[in-house]
Amino acid sequence: MSLDRDAVAKIARLARLRMEPDRLEGMTAELNRILSFVEELQAVNTDNIPPMTSVMPMKLRQREDMVNDGGKPEAVLKNAPQRQGDFYTVPKVVE
Amino acid sequence: MSIDPAALTIAGALEGLAKKDYTSVELTNACIEAMRAAKPLNVMITETPDRALEMAAAADARRGKGEAGLLDGIPLGIKDLFCTEGVLTTAASHILDGFHPAYESTATARLWQAGAVMLGKLNLDEFAMGSSNETSYYGPAVNPWQTKDGPKLVPGGSSGGSAAAVAAGFVLGATGTDTGGSIRQPAALCGITGIKPTYGRVSRWGIVAFASSLDQAGPMARTVRDSALMLQAMAGFDPKDSTSVNEPVPDYCAHLEAGVKGLRIGIPREYRMDGMDPEITALWEKGMAWLKDVGAEIVDIHLPNTHYALPAYYIVAPAEASSNLARYDGVRYGLRVPGKDLIEMYENTRGEGFGREVQRRIMIGTYVLSAGYYDAYYTKAQKVRSLIKRDFDQAFQRVDAILTPTAPNAAFPIGMTHDDPVTMYLNDVFTVPVNLAGLPGMSVPAGLNSAGLPLGLQLIGKPFDEATLLRAGRALEKAADFRAKPAQWWRS
Repeated sequence: MSLDRDAVAKIARLARLRMEPDRLEGMTAELNRILSFVEELQAVNTDNIPPMTSVMPMKLRQREDMVNDGGKPEAVLKNAPQRQGDFYTVPKVVE
Repeated sequence: MSIDPAALTIAGALEGLAKKDYTSVELTNACIEAMRAAKPLNVMITETPDRALEMAAAADARRGKGEAGLLDGIPLGIKDLFCTEGVLTTAASHILDGFHPAYESTATARLWQAGAVMLGKLNLDEFAMGSSNETSYYGPAVNPWQTKDGPKLVPGGSSGGSAAAVAAGFVLGATGTDTGGSIRQPAALCGITGIKPTYGRVSRWGIVAFASSLDQAGPMARTVRDSALMLQAMAGFDPKDSTSVNEPVPDYCAHLEAGVKGLRIGIPREYRMDGMDPEITALWEKGMAWLKDVGAEIVDIHLPNTHYALPAYYIVAPAEASSNLARYDGVRYGLRVPGKDLIEMYENTRGEGFGREVQRRIMIGTYVLSAGYYDAYYTKAQKVRSLIKRDFDQAFQRVDAILTPTAPNAAFPIGMTHDDPVTMYLNDVFTVPVNLAGLPGMSVPAGLNSAGLPLGLQLIGKPFDEATLLRAGRALEKAADFRAKPAQWWRS
């Protein structure tokens, strides 16, 4: 499988990465190089092999469904690039 | 007295502190002086000398009261992928500009609990994605090892700053993280020791996530014993990491000197690759002979799916990375680049904030997880991963540990491999299978090549059997008797 410029532009959009048109060409070549490298997996017979879901055979632990931390708005918001009071602010979403 | 931190080990310094040859404040001051002299190596992203001296004074006070911890007063460097409370944490990425975590990673908190002293935050490949430390937003770290009159060399990566700092001698140990070889490969290229523990052994909580099913933190130090001491402090169950395993942590130093008599050491024939550097092959054979000489049994083993480990890794790791890195959106922390609406703000922030290699991996990950391609790529890779794990499971029915080279080459010049991403990926050919299977692995410095650069050998162990791994590593270390140190050219 090989990607063209339009496909790469679409992936960039899905990944929310701004990609200037002059970068698309190079990125397309780089991605195709990587995809041709991973292509050889198709040669492996994986019939009846389950996909790996856990590195160690273990059940995910569950915890009590209760609040065990919180009430720290200052700590949470301390790194915000922009805030108003106890809220993060973003460009207007609703007209 | 004047202290040369480059001549010390953690175990030796603990003795010196216990015998009151020097205080932790004196030792820490010597490290700070050496760290400042090492600026040409570009190893530090953030230096924390004031915090270090405070921690050292507290360590001296504890020792005075007879309450010294396992690593009390020992100055360490921290890979800048570990969140450190109130101290800039960057992951070597522009997108984390100005990020000061409000919490401390469990692994570093445990080191401070044991009394260790933080000298600062170490350079790495951006988001730990790379094998040369060249993808760092803060510029490449430089390997203290050099060939005569040759170009500057990479320290390996992604924990390149950690390995370079330990090799240069201004920290006694450092933390690293290893997703596909990021502790072991730089350890080999810088002539030091590094351990990637079993997946689940060290908590991942508070470490900037790259590929969550592969990431594992571990120690990097000058000797096997020093690595064992650091691992002792770092390992253990953490309810805050859902994949942390609740198994007791054995005393890693207890049987360190027990030797390898009677141990069966596997040699996977698939690791003999076409066109392999003959010096690497020769060192590997030397390693087999050393272990045999001290009583190990060398066993030929078969890991038939080895060849597919790298391609599987370069699907699984980017897939998990693209998901983990979705959180960097310019809203809650780090860089924000304005845009006319919310989506454009996301795109501008991520387009400017992530470097080229990180963008490549996000793109690959997004593609292999997208509708219509998920099964062909991601599910297929996870099936191949099951096969790789099965190979190891079968091998470990016959052997106690596996011996391989750590990396296919010694340190290479900065700027050499920029054009082709896949060439860089080949650096991890011997280390990646270990992450895919979740096993513990370590690199031990084993010799110098003809150009005078260090080479390492890798030992791979059974899950949660770091104790045997360390024991074999210690036997290898003793036999190799690697004492070479880089000339301190950066001081002139």
